[in-house]
Amino acid sequence: MAALLDVKNLKVHFHTRNGLVKAVDDVSFSVNPGETLAIVGESGSGKSVTCYSLLDLLPKPPAKIEGGTAMFDGEDLLTCNKDRMRHFRGNDIAMIFQDPMTSLNPNLTVGEQLIEPLIYHPDKERRQDRATAKLRAIELLNEVGIVDSERRFDSYPHEFSGGMRQRVMIAMALINEPRLLICDEPTTALDVTIQAQILELIKKLQQSRDVAVIFISHDLGVVAGIADKILVMCNGVAMESGTTDNIFYKTKDDYTKRLLSAIPEGAKTMKNRAQAGSPLVEAKNIRTWFKDFSGSKTITVKAVDDMSLTIKRGEILGLVGESGSGKSTLGRSILQLVPTQEGTVTFDGTDLTSLSPKQMVPWRRRMQMIFQDPYASLNPRMTVFETLAEPLLYHGIANKHNVTEQVQALMDDVGLARAHMRKYPHEFSGGQRQRIAIGRAIATKPELIIADEPVSALDVTIQAQILDLILNLVERHNLTMMFISHDLSVVRYISDRVMVMHHGVLVEQGNTETLWAKPKKAYTKNLLKAIPLADPKSERTRLSN
Amino acid sequence: MNSNSIDATAEKGTSLWEDAWIKLRKNRLALIGLGLLIFLCVVSLLTPWIAPYGYEEQDLLMGATPPSAEHWLGTDIFGRDMLTRIMWGGRVSLMVGFIATAVALAIGVIYGAVAGYVGGRVDAVMMRLVDILYALPFMIFIILLMVVFGRNLLLLFFAIGAVEWLTMARIVRGQVMSLRKQEFVEAAHSLGLSQWIIIRRHIIPNTLGPVIVYTTLTIPSVMLLEAFLSFLGLGIQPPQSSWGLLINYGVETMEEYPWLLIFPGIALSLTLFALNFLGDGLRDALDPRTAKD
Amino acid sequence: MFRFALGRLLQAIPVLLVVITMTFMLVHSAPGGPFSADKAVPAEVLEALEAQYNLDQPLWQQYISYLGDVVQGDMGPSFKYPGRSVNELIYSGLGTTAELGFYAMLVAIFIGVIAGVTASMRPNTMQDYVPMTAAMIGICMPSFLLGPLLVLVFGIHLEWLPVSGWNQIPGDKILPAITLGTGYAAYIARLSRGGMLEVLSQDYIRTARAKGLSEFLIIGKHALRGGLIPVVAFLGPAFAGLLGGSFVVETIYQIPGLGRFYVQAAFNRDYTMILGTTVFFATLIILFNLLSDMLAVWLNPKLRQQVRGEG
Repeated sequence: MAALLDVKNLKVHFHTRNGLVKAVDDVSFSVNPGETLAIVGESGSGKSVTCYSLLDLLPKPPAKIEGGTAMFDGEDLLTCNKDRMRHFRGNDIAMIFQDPMTSLNPNLTVGEQLIEPLIYHPDKERRQDRATAKLRAIELLNEVGIVDSERRFDSYPHEFSGGMRQRVMIAMALINEPRLLICDEPTTALDVTIQAQILELIKKLQQSRDVAVIFISHDLGVVAGIADKILVMCNGVAMESGTTDNIFYKTKDDYTKRLLSAIPEGAKTMKNRAQAGSPLVEAKNIRTWFKDFSGSKTITVKAVDDMSLTIKRGEILGLVGESGSGKSTLGRSILQLVPTQEGTVTFDGTDLTSLSPKQMVPWRRRMQMIFQDPYASLNPRMTVFETLAEPLLYHGIANKHNVTEQVQALMDDVGLARAHMRKYPHEFSGGQRQRIAIGRAIATKPELIIADEPVSALDVTIQAQILDLILNLVERHNLTMMFISHDLSVVRYISDRVMVMHHGVLVEQGNTETLWAKPKKAYTKNLLKAIPLADPKSERTRLSN
Repeated sequence: MNSNSIDATAEKGTSLWEDAWIKLRKNRLALIGLGLLIFLCVVSLLTPWIAPYGYEEQDLLMGATPPSAEHWLGTDIFGRDMLTRIMWGGRVSLMVGFIATAVALAIGVIYGAVAGYVGGRVDAVMMRLVDILYALPFMIFIILLMVVFGRNLLLLFFAIGAVEWLTMARIVRGQVMSLRKQEFVEAAHSLGLSQWIIIRRHIIPNTLGPVIVYTTLTIPSVMLLEAFLSFLGLGIQPPQSSWGLLINYGVETMEEYPWLLIFPGIALSLTLFALNFLGDGLRDALDPRTAKD
Repeated sequence: MFRFALGRLLQAIPVLLVVITMTFMLVHSAPGGPFSADKAVPAEVLEALEAQYNLDQPLWQQYISYLGDVVQGDMGPSFKYPGRSVNELIYSGLGTTAELGFYAMLVAIFIGVIAGVTASMRPNTMQDYVPMTAAMIGICMPSFLLGPLLVLVFGIHLEWLPVSGWNQIPGDKILPAITLGTGYAAYIARLSRGGMLEVLSQDYIRTARAKGLSEFLIIGKHALRGGLIPVVAFLGPAFAGLLGGSFVVETIYQIPGLGRFYVQAAFNRDYTMILGTTVFFATLIILFNLLSDMLAVWLNPKLRQQVRGEG
């Protein structure tokens, strides 16, 4: 069978101020009609650049295609002129992007954007009038699962949820019946249950139309069920390619092995860390409501509504929820970083809600937080030394004479080279920055650490390293931790006990393995069912069910 | 192990300020602007000593003459040296620019910082007030002030400053608002640091960039406003002089003696150029979006 | 939308009241009365004059009666031009100033938007540098400098265009409109370039490209609407600025418009005229700010729906 798309020796370079970046370096692959190819890699691997260069969507400059061919149906996409390219775009080759919130024009109705490829078709004979195009669009909206599509046709993107927008994007991509569909991380910005729905939809549409798909993802788990073959990329280079089963079960490449082993799977078998005695934290009936003054009317947001929980000394409590569940607010409420309207938070026998901000100061030393975004959680104008020395000096743990030594000890503890002490955050990678943030959190030798999605912004191999660092520190420093995440696999990997939160209230809690094996509530069941498994065989059966 | 020896082996990092400076140094126009600005400031400061002629020194026999070796920029109708007059006028123009901007800076930064840091209802009320003030015809008020209370330099500083602080307040407020939500400020809170330390170490250094940029861009707009008023005869009062006033005089006689209009015009335009290019350059250099590459 | 406009108009009332009060107090606290310049006036005549203009009453009474008159649209008689009311004077100058402002705005928007959009299409190339350098020159060349220079070059040396008057010789509107509009054209060029660059880097522009739309559609249909929002927001303040600019331009070109009247009134200490024009200008500026706000809301579907939801 002749390949639909045959890319050979593709080279894309970026000419930046700081020199040449070889974003894609000599990459070759092919896609047959009706086949799904997954391109997998971490950030900076060049997986997206590869696909953008096919449709000439890269900003030039700085990007420049230095070599190679991309034969689509006998024509080279890389050398064809602008007019010819317009015939491919949206017609033979369509694309879906990562963030459905920003990928639709907020100023135009969804319907208008849907019919554009039809009414402005570069091929005048295939151009359709608005009425015909609208009928076709509504038909497609029905097919991708938009309810009440006739009315929704005239809605604006902001009236749709993230998942619904991605469905609209898919409908828009399919409207000219393309032969190749490129999906650039189409589910990364979505909650896990929505992700499962979108993956199913893509798979269903692909099978019903026999369209070829290139699926770009950083997550091997996501592609396991839908890909026929996989290309693994790293730093612009193709590391390995092969059938999905070969990549997952018989890989010979070291990098692929590292990627596979970095996927958190199962739980770390460990003795129960929780210590007997009175719990370290006891929260009762917390309500945290926000008032939103930005609109013309003041709106009350009930972020946390009547939550109670206990955290035992020495345990890692996982807190799971989708976006908007109030899990981060709950974490901040326990630390009294946001004011709670009602309820009590007892830490080591003292009610924190009754303390004034001044009285809180000595308690703050005993409880710390690790944040999600390693770019935002460090003051960009302070060196590593200044960041780590600040809590030490402020709480009188170190003095002027021994502060350097203590900072160095901290850096050793979190695995940072001492030589980097005088550097600024922007000179580090994401993983290193998260190490600095962890160093700051453990500087005061706290008993409780609340980690709010500490690995969500990191690449999967880095994520594994940071998770191991956290586990290691918990053991060594006898820490108690609340680990907040949307990623169920990560929570399962690290936690002793798990709480599931939804819309500000507790759904269910229990020991990690018990909860995974026997979820009681429908919400939890759905959540667990939606987790993509990094195992093609079981994932395929899961998706076809 | 001795801590000093480790310090010596530690690699030195590049702070965002150093980064910005490196970027600014690559921007030729901004550098020219900076150089010109420094030159103008030095000349203005030294005017009483380096001006070629006395400020009121007249050579009635000469009358208005075009540029010559004796009078590089010619003389006005009273035979006064134009270079000298432009130098003295520049002193006033620059002074108005700097002082009125300082007034705007002081009010705007404090107001904006309070609104942004306190937030909530206080912020909503404070910003509503700014919105209302924005709608007022300030230009007319300044003219009115000048008419009613006479043309007073001090009043001019205050009046212009009182107009220009609004935008500064908005910028600072937006900056502080977004910083307050940043995780590193939250981290500082969770470390138990006092409000004052958080403001001094974490908030202020990170708002400085936009404030510097906007200050640089406010100076030319203030100078423009002063020149505008002086041109209408409502700003600086003789015997004091400013570039706006010199342009005003120049217009009256431009048919016969065009240099009396052109030289003060060039002086004003060049200064505005210098400040605007420097401001644009600083904006690019301090833009956090370009900081990473 | 109607409710929104009405709400904003109601909010404008206290603002106007503040403006009137402040202006009134300022004008009346001025040292030296309106007739003090004419020293020859005998005491009895002065008294009679003051009585005629209600100046002998206590200040608060004058204020109340003035307020009452203004509400009815009566700005009172002019001090300087006996027998003529401020209303008449404003009316006689309004048409000219409005026409001048309209042409200047046309110049500003037309040139500004085209220059800005052109520059944004190829950033950091000659297509960007040339219009943006021109814009910078426009910003650094204030109207009171540009006007005389234009007169000098096109009026006096080349003798192509008339250098003064309004609506007397064909072509006498060209230089004033350009003088007043250039600064704003430069500003709008910079704003629209910035706005367009911001929008062109958005994901949805990439989506539009991936759909196979032509570059013309991408710019015209997808990008312009969002990219020109900063320009729309600037129109309100620009209008206020144009009014101020008209003071200079009308003075330079000797145009019998409102701006020139205002400057003359300021010199003559024509109190009722100053008061009247200030109140009039303030009302106009508030009105135009409202219009520019409404336009911005109308351009943004999300805001439009919020407004509709409230109304």
